[in-house]
Amino acid sequence: MKKKVVSILLLAAMAASSLTGCGGSNSDSQTSNTSNVGSDSQSSDAVNTDSQPEEGQVINIYSFNDELRTRITAVYSEIESTSEDGTESILKDGSVIRWIINPNQDGVYQDKLDEALNGQLTAAADNKVDIFAAELDYVVKYIDADIDAAMTLESLGINPETDLADQFEFTKTVACDQNGVQRASTWQACPGVLVYRRDIAKEVFGTDDPEEIGKKTKDWAAMKTTAEELKASGYYTFSSYADTFRLYNNSMANAWVAPGETTIKVDQKILDWVTDSKEWKDAGYFDPTVKGQWNSDWFTAMSSSSKVFAFLFPAWGIDTQMVPNWDGEEGSWAVTNAPLSYNWGGTFILAAEGTDNPQHVKDIILALTADTDNLTKISKDYADFTNAKSVMQAAAEDDSFTSDFLGGQNPYTYFTPGADTIKMAPLSAYDQGCVELVQNAFGDYLQDQIDYDKAKENFEIAIRERYPEITEIQWPE
Amino acid sequence: MKQKRKKIDYSKWGYIFILPFFVSFFIFSLIPLVDTIRYSFYEYYRSGLKEIGPNFIGMANYASLLKSDMLKYAGNTLILWLIGFVPQIVIALLLASWFVDARLKIRGQQFFKVVIYLPNLIMASAFAMLFFTLFSNKGPINSILLSLGITENPIDFMGTVFGTRTLVGVMNFLMWFGNTTIMLMAAIMGISPDIFEASEIDGCNSVQRFFCITLPLIRPILAYTLITSIIGGLQMFDVPQILTNGQGSPDRTSTTLIMFLNNHLKSKNYGMAGALSVYLFIVSGILCFIVYRITNDEDPDGSKAAAKKNKKGRR
Repeated sequence: MKKKVVSILLLAAMAASSLTGCGGSNSDSQTSNTSNVGSDSQSSDAVNTDSQPEEGQVINIYSFNDELRTRITAVYSEIESTSEDGTESILKDGSVIRWIINPNQDGVYQDKLDEALNGQLTAAADNKVDIFAAELDYVVKYIDADIDAAMTLESLGINPETDLADQFEFTKTVACDQNGVQRASTWQACPGVLVYRRDIAKEVFGTDDPEEIGKKTKDWAAMKTTAEELKASGYYTFSSYADTFRLYNNSMANAWVAPGETTIKVDQKILDWVTDSKEWKDAGYFDPTVKGQWNSDWFTAMSSSSKVFAFLFPAWGIDTQMVPNWDGEEGSWAVTNAPLSYNWGGTFILAAEGTDNPQHVKDIILALTADTDNLTKISKDYADFTNAKSVMQAAAEDDSFTSDFLGGQNPYTYFTPGADTIKMAPLSAYDQGCVELVQNAFGDYLQDQIDYDKAKENFEIAIRERYPEITEIQWPE
Repeated sequence: MKQKRKKIDYSKWGYIFILPFFVSFFIFSLIPLVDTIRYSFYEYYRSGLKEIGPNFIGMANYASLLKSDMLKYAGNTLILWLIGFVPQIVIALLLASWFVDARLKIRGQQFFKVVIYLPNLIMASAFAMLFFTLFSNKGPINSILLSLGITENPIDFMGTVFGTRTLVGVMNFLMWFGNTTIMLMAAIMGISPDIFEASEIDGCNSVQRFFCITLPLIRPILAYTLITSIIGGLQMFDVPQILTNGQGSPDRTSTTLIMFLNNHLKSKNYGMAGALSVYLFIVSGILCFIVYRITNDEDPDGSKAAAKKNKKGRR
């Protein structure tokens, strides 16, 4: 009998320890992080105080893809060489930039970054975060004045009024904390356009002229007629309902969560997206095999075998998503105006509070986001829409900015007017979760798996799991 | 004095050698375990970079979990586990009895043993990723079906409840049936050949032999397989997580308990996640107890006594 009791206990212990194993990975990473703190933490505290900053040897840059690295290595003239695996760059003065890249998916990047920022005060000088990237969806989380994770640009010695005068106004507004102090800067603005296949346009409409096509896509009503024509010829207008989401999301009147509140107010525009998408999907204007974005089906929809006519993308989307996924002839795409002007994304760079390299950080931020020569170079080399009004105005009329991928078209003639009319939807720290979860929940509805009310319910469940502090979810009448 | 010296006690070496295990168990398992239980009574999570708590709130986490969809996810987990486990144990039993059957003399046994074990060597997440790609709407399986003319339109495998659950079940089956087969083979080979010979002389056919001799005699190992599989099933996470991109879609029908736990850990909600872990702990404890009782306590056909005798005899 005793044996039996013991063996049951052992079994229970086995079960218990294996169950805790899942949560365990978290504590593991924590311990490994604290071990990084290392021996010379005392000396770092001295460097940390803002009186006489002595520049450290290692600049740690946290980012979620290699976009930031390629941009900085392209424009920051101090960089002498970059190691082959892309993890380290050596500067002319001997200091080293360490590139720490974690993917955005599933919150991995933010987890690692939060962990590092939380340990910032105690970390050794060489392990402190110096610069980090944040996407528009979650930049609000990091520029919060109460958290004080990002330095104000002024304390770095950058005056937003004069140094960043050429930037688009909306990119500066969204980078300000609740007191109106700017804490982040970006080299890109992301006005979206409609990118369409020239061969399909020729076949269906008899022309691939961006101006002619632009008339067919100027608003939702015209877009619908166009979609009907495309359908008659066996083509899909867009790949999926997720493609149009940003247009609706960006025209929201209020933030998902108002500052200081814990109530999610779902905007009418989001429900409009659901009803319109349902209508479009049932009418057969979307490719039924594509579900959402960032999956292989979506990427295949950008290839030559696909029957999808158009994608809605800002400049970065063309360069980073369409170019690598297109396998047909060069010059098969063209851009024109989208049914609604919108902004999608944008990578901001922030100086981490407690950095031991304020001078380098300042230089990098200025070189990447304020220097018009550098921004021109980025626009030319990477077809990025850069955050400099004068450069972009000039680019719209300058034929040297034409793109081979777009068949010799100059896309800036469509980007630039779009950027001027952008009105950013108000942001909140909950945007990323809301955007992701609302698309998931209603994705099931749009695929006829569940009914409308169930989708609402699923969204409420999911959002409460993600953000326990949310007390209420309000739907428009 | 001399008398005492003669009796040398080696037991301290035993303790020394098992010490590392107990020390690491204490640090890496027991302390987190106790912490998990402790935090389950607290409100403790992160909002952005702000930390909230820990504030003691008693049983509130447990109560709100009961009000949530936890039971639905428990049901999902059970269904997903059964879909994988039933074919796994059936096929494994069949293969094991074939492989050890002296009369069949299957050639290339070693080769087959390796092959059926291979899927287990692949990381579960990699395996799930592979299936995700294979069965995606524009993936190779759909291409084959389309070109063979079996379907007109691509089948949306992961868009339906049935499809997703079946895929998860098939993956679990493929990954674990080889492992189970080898374990059961070892069990069957442990049965004395005398018994099989005697049964054959008595005119026993192969079906009778399987159900009346093999099955009762490998019951302890079967019980072990069942217990480990239940525990593994309760922890099912990586396969459905990767296959559905962490959404448990469609309609959260493939959300397992651990995926539910993981959703709470996204906001570092240690309180709620702790409470859920405690529930899981209790459930797996009860399950283990039940299985243990069923398989070990009664001894209707005397097989247990026989096994004991057998063991003693060999010693």
